[in-house]
This record gives sequence, structure tokens and C-alpha cells, in this order.
Amino acid sequence: MRILQNEIKINRVPLLIWSLSIGALIAMCVFMFPDMKNEMDQVNKIFSSMGNFTAAFGMDQLNFGTLIGFYAVECGSIIGIGGAFYAAITSICALMNEEKNRTAEFLMTHPLTRGRVVTEKLLAVLSQITILNVIVLLIALGSIAAIGESVPMKDLLLMNLSYYLMQIEIAGLCFGISAFITKAGIGIGIGLACGMYMLNIISNISKDAVALKYVTAFGYTDGAQILNNGGLEVKYLAVGMALAVVGVVVAYVKYTKKDLRA
Amino acid sequence: MNAIEIKKLTKNYGKSRGITELDLVVKEGDIFGFIGPNGAGKSTTIRTLLGLIRPTSGEAKVLGYDIRDAQTSILRETGYLPSEINFYPGMKVSEVIRYSANLRKASCEDRAKVLCERLGVEVNKKVDDLSLGNRKKVGIVTALQHSPRLLILDEPTSGLDPLVQREFFDILKEENARGATVFLSSHVLSEVQNHCRTAAFIRDGRILMHDEVKNLEAAGAKQVTIKGTIDASVIAGASDVERHGDRVTFLYQGDAANLLAALGAQASGVDDIHITEPSLEDIFMKFYEGADSAFRAENKEGGEAK
Repeated sequence: MRILQNEIKINRVPLLIWSLSIGALIAMCVFMFPDMKNEMDQVNKIFSSMGNFTAAFGMDQLNFGTLIGFYAVECGSIIGIGGAFYAAITSICALMNEEKNRTAEFLMTHPLTRGRVVTEKLLAVLSQITILNVIVLLIALGSIAAIGESVPMKDLLLMNLSYYLMQIEIAGLCFGISAFITKAGIGIGIGLACGMYMLNIISNISKDAVALKYVTAFGYTDGAQILNNGGLEVKYLAVGMALAVVGVVVAYVKYTKKDLRA
Repeated sequence: MNAIEIKKLTKNYGKSRGITELDLVVKEGDIFGFIGPNGAGKSTTIRTLLGLIRPTSGEAKVLGYDIRDAQTSILRETGYLPSEINFYPGMKVSEVIRYSANLRKASCEDRAKVLCERLGVEVNKKVDDLSLGNRKKVGIVTALQHSPRLLILDEPTSGLDPLVQREFFDILKEENARGATVFLSSHVLSEVQNHCRTAAFIRDGRILMHDEVKNLEAAGAKQVTIKGTIDASVIAGASDVERHGDRVTFLYQGDAANLLAALGAQASGVDDIHITEPSLEDIFMKFYEGADSAFRAENKEGGEAK
């Protein structure tokens, strides 16, 4: 597991920056909640009268007056977008960087099979995403405790689990792409994450586009759905996890045969 | 036993350079020079042997292991120095050296320390701050520290200063004395001539000549430029004599003593003299053009027969 260790070591600074940035934004939102709580009735009214915009972010089905409702919209967007970007960038760079930074000739001339390298790189990506989500969750719980509020723990954990799984899906897809490319990965990764986020917004607005929820990794991260049903939408989740597995399988197939760039 | 056995190995890269039905044998214990101009296919051959790229057709064995299905066995007993080596940004030199040893599950800290001292590697620097030559020195340490049976070195001296080059070749000779086979590629003829026992010339993805270095007629050729009124055409061993104004240039093939004696006979006509290594292109033009065109003709016939 030397490659895994080394991956985490050389990527530890971006990991900490992303974790603390997302965590800080969440803490900021949570800290704003007590001041806003009293005026939430009005806020709810305003938001509920904003038509599509309200639906786009699931605010038509959530109660802003409760911390968990507030968390689902505000913090959900932050972890959703931030986590998706981090997962996309980390994963798409995992295999690509060996050729982009021309370190492949160093690494791959050690007695390691390609499959071994892919496995350790994959585990490194998953570890980094897991570490980020644990840090973010701890900061969220800490800041909720700090303002003296309490939330239904199961709902909060389910929501964070959905964001975590969404990041895993995006990482799986990006990992597959990573095996093919030797440059421009970050653009592709962020593009993919943004695209999926947009698809989710479209599917929230238009009843005709609800099938898009199968395509986008955000389909099963809908806070309102989780709060109202007490669980993730299994059909979207199953498709998402299947896509992630496909990405990983593609990465193995491609990378074990690939001619590495000098 | 042969350290490297290549049979009809072909690698096509879309449209760019590759290698074509390459045959080559390197005996275990040899110091082998693989020489050719840039883009001749040296790196392609090496990268195919190491499994970085997959052959289009043909076969090859390294240390008795097939390159298609025993990659890790080959890599375990091989040390490789790429022509342009890069390391992970942010790592220190000492970390790179330790990481390489760890990936090989080798404990060779003492050997690494000796190599670093001899080559003047600064282990506390960040790899990002290293020049090409200094990166290369780190690469030499990672290629050699585990005392491999086979050393594959792709243009190892580029970027190294002359003192380090000398130390490097001393180390290679010691490795060879220990029993290691050394396979190095170069586009500098004198390097191969001075340090290798056997050599092969490669051009356009084909082997033109493969022999012991002492038998290679081109190996001793010198490019002589003289300012003055000397008549170079009477010097035995001189060829391709050309005169440009007050300068005459020619290729000299033969003993240095004879050249000096011949020049001594016309010493009053020599104002200045410059003796250098001819470029590889010149060498190929002069000595192997025949072999090359014969080779091409043969292949063309083969193609038409199909």
C-alpha cells in the first residue's frame, strides 16, 4: 500500500484546504441560523413564492424554520457542489497525473502490475474523499452543537451519506476518464460535476425531466426527499453506483493495456 | 545466457516513429551501447522491453522472462533510468529515493547513501528545484540502489557534467564487475566507444550494425578541421576532404599517431587545428549508407513479393 500512502501524502495539502473550506462555509451557514430563525416565517413565504427557483433547490418541500430544513438547502448545496468538485478533480487526476507530470516512467518501472497501481490509486481517491467527508461532518456537528441547536441525527447522517455516495459516483466516472487522458483533466472533471448539478436542477424544475435524476449523481441527494421519506431514493442510487462501478472497470481495462506516454 | 533477446519486434505508433522487426541480442555481463540519432527508435525499444508500451508484433525476452507476461519479474531485477526523469512534485530527494526502495521492497539505504555521495546528490532538496542534471543523478540512484542484474539507461549522460559522467561510468564498471549487464543508449559515439564492449546502431527503427566496439570501423572516426594551406588529400585515412576558404575539413579514420605524423610532415601549413567527434549523421552517411540502402532495398523486395 505504498502508492496509496504516497498519494495521500503528496495530496494532503489540497485535501486539507478543501475539507476546511467546505467545513468553514458550513459552519458559517449554521452560525447564521439563529439570527435568521425568527424571521424564517417570512423567508419561507418569500421562497415559496419564487416559483421555479424555489423548486430548483428543493425549497418548496423544506421548512427553513428548522435547522435540518435549513441545513438540507444551504449546507447541502455547499457539500454537494464542493464535494463534487473535489471528488471530480482528485479522481480525474489520479491516473492522468502520472503521464501529465511524466512520473509514469518512474512509477511503472518498479515491479508492480498495472492493476496494482490502479487499485492503490483508486483506494487513495476513496480514502481522500472519505477523509474530506468525515472532517466536514465533524465540523457540521461541532457548529450545530456550538449554536445550541439539535437536529435529528439520522436525517443529518443520511444527508451526508447521500453527498458522500454522490462524490463516490462522480469519482468512479472520473476515474474511468482518467485512464484515457494525459492532460486537461481538471476541466473535464469540473465540467462533469457542473453538468450533473445542472441536470439535477433541471429535473427539479420540470416534471417532464424527472428521468434525468437517473443520470445525475445529485438525484439521490435531494434533502427534501430524504427528510420526507427517511431514506435515499434507492432506484437513483442503484443506477449511480452502477455507473461508478462501470467507470472503475473501464479504468482497469484501459489502464492495464495502455501505452504510457514518455 | 542472454540478458536481452529481441526477435522481430515491431512497434507502430500511429504515424510517428517506431521500430520495425528489430532483432537484437545482448549477452549477460556485457556493457552494451545502443546508438543512433534522436528519433531512431532507441527509447521505443527500451520502453517496449520495460512494458511501458506494448509491442505491435514480435517477441522479446529480458533476463529470460517474456515481456508480454512476466513484466514484474523483469522489473524486479532491472534498474531503469529514463532519458527525461521526473518525480512527484513536492517530494524531497531523500523521499523519492526511499519511496523507490520501498516500492521494490528493498532495503538498500547504505548503497543509496554511497551513490548519493559519489554523485553529489543533495538529498534534502525538493525535486521541483532540481536541474535536469541533478534530477538525472537522483534517477541514477533509484536505478542502481537495489543492485539490479540488468541496468537499462536511456541517454544517461545528457545533462551530467564531465566530472559526474566520469564517476558515473566508474560506477557502471563496478556494477558490471559485480555481474550486472549494462544496456545504455546514446547518440554520442565516443561514449559508446570508450565505455561499451558491444554496440548496435539503430536508425529509422532498424538495426544497421551490431558488433563488438573494437570491430566497428566508424568508432574511431574523427572530424578534423585545419586552418592553413595543408593538402589533406595526401593523408592516409582521410576522406570527405572539403575546403572552405582557408579551412579544410575531413574525416579521419585510423591511428592518431599516423595522423599526427602526416600533419607533422606539413606542419608549416597548419595555423590552427580542431579535432572533434563527427556527428552521428556524418557517421551514418559515411560508413553505413551502403548498409542502410541495401537494407531498404531488401525490405522493398520483400514487400513486393507479397
